[in-house]
Amino acid sequence: MTTEQYPKVYLYKRIVQAKLFIDNNYDKNIDLDNISDEAYFSKFHFIRLFKSAYGKTPHQYLTTIRIDKAKQMFQSGNTVSFTCNSLGFESLGSFSRLFKQYVGISPSNYLGQQKEIKRQSKVLPLKFIPTCFARNYGWSK
Amino acid sequence: MITKLTHAPVLVLDQQSAYDFYVNKLGFRVKLDLPMPEDGRWLTVYPPDQPDFEIILAPVSRSFHTKETTEMLRKLIAEGTFGCGVFTCKDIFATYEELKAKGVEFSKAPTKEFYGTEAIFKDDSGNWFSLAQLL
Repeated sequence: MTTEQYPKVYLYKRIVQAKLFIDNNYDKNIDLDNISDEAYFSKFHFIRLFKSAYGKTPHQYLTTIRIDKAKQMFQSGNTVSFTCNSLGFESLGSFSRLFKQYVGISPSNYLGQQKEIKRQSKVLPLKFIPTCFARNYGWSK
Repeated sequence: MITKLTHAPVLVLDQQSAYDFYVNKLGFRVKLDLPMPEDGRWLTVYPPDQPDFEIILAPVSRSFHTKETTEMLRKLIAEGTFGCGVFTCKDIFATYEELKAKGVEFSKAPTKEFYGTEAIFKDDSGNWFSLAQLL
């Protein structure tokens, strides 16, 4: 079967193009106009098709990507303010509010948790691994 | 009574390459990426909507098999012997187009089956997976 056998393949390609645009530019000051321009759609039509494909509006998806990237940056030990500034959030307040809404805890608490995991993993790495796997890899007896 | 599956290994030929494939191409999230004794690395990822299920990206070379078995396993994986699971998505055509654009190799394009629409792709090691949009 070729891709041409399913309907509206050109629409899918344009929606995917828009999603990849968000994936590659999440840290920049992009808005819906940028994104719908990228997909050659009117804004309304674009939002409807994007949500149908991904279950989220483009704006919700952009926020999700930014929050995921923030979690990754915290896992790497970056500070809250540096992370906020790097990801294109308008202010520390809006970033903290959104982060808590999506993750359930504040950015500083999440960062603290990640630091603690790193500390514990250095002291007692096998705490994080099911014993059957640790044995198989020769990390415990 | 068993209630859940929380960890499942996928044997990979190269852990760093697998990281790139599962995170940067499939869009999975990293759950744990920790250094282990003897230059080991514990690397688990999960599909974005399933954070309580960890796929262990396990390098075949770190297993406790004999050298011969390890070499045989590497060959079998590279040849695409193992089917490792089924991933689901909201819209298979959009997902298929996206993964293809990222260079993921499909052996079956989206096709209607009894249970939904399914495609098949390989990871960077040679393990294959179904990608399905279930009815």
